[in-house]
Amino acid sequence: MALAPHDVLLRVEHLTMRFGGLVAIHDLSFEAKRGVITALIGPNGAGKTTVFNCITGFYKPSEGRIALLHGDPVLWNELDVVTARGQRSLRRPEGALFLLERMPDFLVTEKARVTRTFQNIRLFQGMSVLENLLVAQHNMLMNASGFTALGIFGAPSYARAQREAIERAVYWLEKINLLDRADDAAGELPYGAQRRLEVARAMCTDPVLLCLDEPAAGLNPRESADLNELLLSIKKDGITSILLIEHDMSVVMQISDHIVVLDHGIKIADGTPEAVRNDPNVIAAYLGVEEDEVQNVAAKVGL
Amino acid sequence: MEVFVQQLINGLTLGSIYGLIAIGYTMVFGILNMVNFAHSGVFMVSAFIALNALLLITTWFGVSSMVMALMIIMVISMVLSAVLNWTIERVAYRPLRKSFRLAPLISSIGMSIFLTNFVQVTQGQRNKSIPPLFHKQIILMDNGNYTVAVSYEQITIWVVTILLLGAFWFLVTKTSLGRAQRACEQDQKMASLVGVNVDRTISITFVIAAALAAVAGSMYLMYYGVVSFSDGFVPGIKAFTAAVLGGIGSLPGAVIGGLIIGLIETMWSAYFSIDYKDVAVFGVLAIVLIFLPQGILGRPDVEKV
Repeated sequence: MALAPHDVLLRVEHLTMRFGGLVAIHDLSFEAKRGVITALIGPNGAGKTTVFNCITGFYKPSEGRIALLHGDPVLWNELDVVTARGQRSLRRPEGALFLLERMPDFLVTEKARVTRTFQNIRLFQGMSVLENLLVAQHNMLMNASGFTALGIFGAPSYARAQREAIERAVYWLEKINLLDRADDAAGELPYGAQRRLEVARAMCTDPVLLCLDEPAAGLNPRESADLNELLLSIKKDGITSILLIEHDMSVVMQISDHIVVLDHGIKIADGTPEAVRNDPNVIAAYLGVEEDEVQNVAAKVGL
Repeated sequence: MEVFVQQLINGLTLGSIYGLIAIGYTMVFGILNMVNFAHSGVFMVSAFIALNALLLITTWFGVSSMVMALMIIMVISMVLSAVLNWTIERVAYRPLRKSFRLAPLISSIGMSIFLTNFVQVTQGQRNKSIPPLFHKQIILMDNGNYTVAVSYEQITIWVVTILLLGAFWFLVTKTSLGRAQRACEQDQKMASLVGVNVDRTISITFVIAAALAAVAGSMYLMYYGVVSFSDGFVPGIKAFTAAVLGGIGSLPGAVIGGLIIGLIETMWSAYFSIDYKDVAVFGVLAIVLIFLPQGILGRPDVEKV
């Protein structure tokens, strides 16, 4: 299977999301490439989280297409055929193509292997740290246990699957430095550790695309640096690509390879961190500008 | 003293049955935040399934061993009640999941009425009875004018309850399915985002709740020897009381609540007035809830931010 980096992994095309009369996202198109960190930035209310909600099946977009590829990029040629046939996905020996906007959220995680975190921490507070990581491997364990029936009778396949699940959980616990707290309730961890645990839990679902909604929110500089390191090591492993919403520009500029800038639901810039940093539209959106300049910007982006 | 011991034995037996039903209430409440009033109906139907299964296997198939017969009717009752409860969830609750909060509650009351009337029409209004399965009892104490005895039925109920609770505890705490159930209980949206099929997990919860209620129903039938279409209501309400008393949402709480309710009921009947035993049960509930609004093992509600 061709797993070359920098193939297109996720393709968002002409995405529009309306809530009643409010247009939250207008005709947004961008791509996220495999093996890199793509950041989605923009001022408050720009529609970043809405994009995430569309990608992960929380919202059904009003218009547009969100496609994700596993495996060989040749399959992108089939995208229009799959769309026209009204299918959710296309599976071939060389890979698979998914139309995420047609899938319910648990299938987005299970089949398309896209997972996400939220702005606020949503760990299973009452469960232990280890259990949080095991829940994320639920499907694998359920299949191995024949929907629990075989598991109760101690089938060897289940015992092996369970051992592997725990090994994987321990791998991530070591990576986020929480191995010694594996049996504590997740809700009792300090804030920064909870943030890292969320990333680890998401990684335990074995995703190809990890969507992080402001993972550095509320972290102190040290914790923020730990998080950067964790994300860079995920990128280095090369299996999971990252799509990131972040307000903390130090995080965004340091770790992302590609940045998409949104303002009022419209894409105003798209490129490398250097290019985006110097883009006048971006500067205008972030700092605020005079009325006539707004019109200039609006004319440029085609409003 | 003898009276006390005898009532303790009777109370624990009754309490085991309440506890098994209460688990069904508390599990469904935990995962859906809904009181499933149809659960008492499922319990009653399961007793009727057991009754008919018993008649069928003893008269048609000629099973003569009572232990064998009991095991067979329990399994049949568990399977059919599970199918029934799965269907109830599918037709009466799932379509209303996204509706306003009270809708499934009202739907469950409707289901409860439906089940009661269905059994009334198909099985008749009169009490149905079975012959006692065991005729034996063990005499523990005898002081001349009062004997303390444990019947084989009571021992069966304790053994089955303990085995079942052990299996259930294992399922909830150790298996991936149990983890998924607890995850759905805490945050359904997040559970589905880590790949848990929430709808399926809820269905399985109803299946397990029904299986436990079916065991309770079969044992209720075996213990009392009679069952009628209206028998779901009072045991159902008491089991619900047990779940609230123990702290709704808490599984050990449901069992403890069941035992407490069973004991209060039998002790009150023995020492005070049998006519007022239900008053006593609900009176204690009121008092406990004044001082411990979360129930005995309930967690205080933490507002989500």
